[in-house]
Amino acid sequence: MRCISTVIIGAGQAGLAMSKCLSDRSVTHVVLERGEIAQSWVKDRWDSLRLLTPNWQSRLPGFSYRGPDPDGFMNMPQITDYLRDYAHVIAAPVEEHTTVSSVTPDGNSYLVCTSRGDWICDNVVVASGACAQPRLPQIANAVPTSIAQLSLATYKSPNQVAQGGVLVVGASASGVQIAAELSTTGHSVTLAVGEHIRAPRHYRGRDIQWWLDRTGVLDAAVKDVDDIARARRVPSFQLMGDAGLDAIDLNTLQAMGVAITGRLVGIRHGKAQFSGSLANHCAMSDLKIGRLLEHFDDWAMCVNLPDLQVPRRLPPTCFPSSPHLTADLNNGAFRTIVWATGYSPDFSWLKLPVFDQKDTLIHDQGVVAPGLYVLGLPFMRRRKSALIDGVGGDAQALADHLVANRTKRAA
Amino acid sequence: MTTSTQDKPVSNGVNTEALIGARGVFAEMPQAASFTFRSNCDWVDGSESRNTINGYFGLGEEHIRKQTFVISSDHPAVFSATDRAPTPPEIALSALASCLTGGIAAVAQHRGIQLRKVQAVVEGDMDMRGILGMDPDIRNGFSAVRVTFNIDADASDDDIRALVAQSQKRSTVFDLMTNPTNVHVVVA
Repeated sequence: MRCISTVIIGAGQAGLAMSKCLSDRSVTHVVLERGEIAQSWVKDRWDSLRLLTPNWQSRLPGFSYRGPDPDGFMNMPQITDYLRDYAHVIAAPVEEHTTVSSVTPDGNSYLVCTSRGDWICDNVVVASGACAQPRLPQIANAVPTSIAQLSLATYKSPNQVAQGGVLVVGASASGVQIAAELSTTGHSVTLAVGEHIRAPRHYRGRDIQWWLDRTGVLDAAVKDVDDIARARRVPSFQLMGDAGLDAIDLNTLQAMGVAITGRLVGIRHGKAQFSGSLANHCAMSDLKIGRLLEHFDDWAMCVNLPDLQVPRRLPPTCFPSSPHLTADLNNGAFRTIVWATGYSPDFSWLKLPVFDQKDTLIHDQGVVAPGLYVLGLPFMRRRKSALIDGVGGDAQALADHLVANRTKRAA
Repeated sequence: MTTSTQDKPVSNGVNTEALIGARGVFAEMPQAASFTFRSNCDWVDGSESRNTINGYFGLGEEHIRKQTFVISSDHPAVFSATDRAPTPPEIALSALASCLTGGIAAVAQHRGIQLRKVQAVVEGDMDMRGILGMDPDIRNGFSAVRVTFNIDADASDDDIRALVAQSQKRSTVFDLMTNPTNVHVVVA
């Protein structure tokens, strides 16, 4: 049994940023990592994935991109190297290959049990990630056994997908990227589309992330939105980390030969059922991105920004007038389903009454309980909380909170 | 990023505060959010039937209204019926229109948009060979439903489109028509 002020669980960008912030405040701590530093980026993602944010936007406390290509997008080995460099530069006290099995209260302290011994600590920072496991809908259980199923954790590349029909479920960043590469490799792809938001890679000559960053959209705080629960559920933009690509939206995909249909809502007697709400989901996506681009224009006018290209609105999303409402999963037309239905965190080892009825972690801007913190969740304190670029600000705020309350708790 | 708001108070006859209050109550007590609606239907004659609608369950208890509502249904003369009331699918179309229209009023109120006129035309296409059992590839239900709104409001075109979109997103009947539902029919 070892005693320490603070245990950070997870050595990704969130855990490392917190480590740096605690070191800066002379708080002794250890970072426990079940595998290796930043391993999820390589092990639990698909091969072609690159960050959706440009290199310049991977700013962390005391660290930023210094390479030759600030406008490029890191692939998974590159982001892993980047974070390992960060861990090295900040001398993060990481203990790798240490899996946390439970966190339980122990008086005013916490007991952290791991595969390599136990810790007693005053504070726990949960930095195990918002994307620890793929989120699958219940209906995945109703898929006929003849269909191969892949999730965002098991899908790696088109090579592992049998030739023939593929149903990709979900049309946010992951779904559109996977649908595109499967289509390029000769698969017959149908994309089931629910709520989504299209986004151009560039607008008026600048990367969309530049706009989101400079206009302050990403800085929006919890108090700035009227429905934080909804803001936390907003899906990722239909984007891909490729500066050469104008857009990877439903129009792009359909031009590539991908068929689109509504949200997958049921599987009955081996038949997939799709919602008839595709038209509205496309309309909402067009309206949302229209408002965002208009907001950018207003801001550019306000700050009188020179050298911008003229605004060009996106053509409306095209969709079939009668998309298929059902698909037979037993007739061989589909051989594979890829569930691109998002990720969820895994807090199963957190043995504390800190979850709501839907098993969602309850927290107030990252403060879960006295001495218990979480980092890296969507819109945790700000819209950018789940981005590499946003976790640093949150870590600083929570480190300040931790230090301020440490004295209080000790007294 | 923000929806339009006005200085002038907006009145669409919707009590937004009550709806927001209900969200607060249901967040605390999810079981209170469980409602059951019902309709009692009596066969009259031929294809005519009459629904009476009154009681419903919600907020943990049974509610009785002051007034019982009646919705009758029949089939038109081309089906050799008495044509004393709209057909069930027409009632379904009217339910969709009313659901979306009420939603538009509520969303407009919440967004500070004053409505002056909201009109909807709803059309549903049906191939009668479906219900006559002539072709298993033709469904009984609508092959397509179209709703056209004509809205006069203190808002831009895009804000009005956003109202209509949000109303669809939160509409019961839109959900019923676009998504499957488990329906259990038993003989008592």
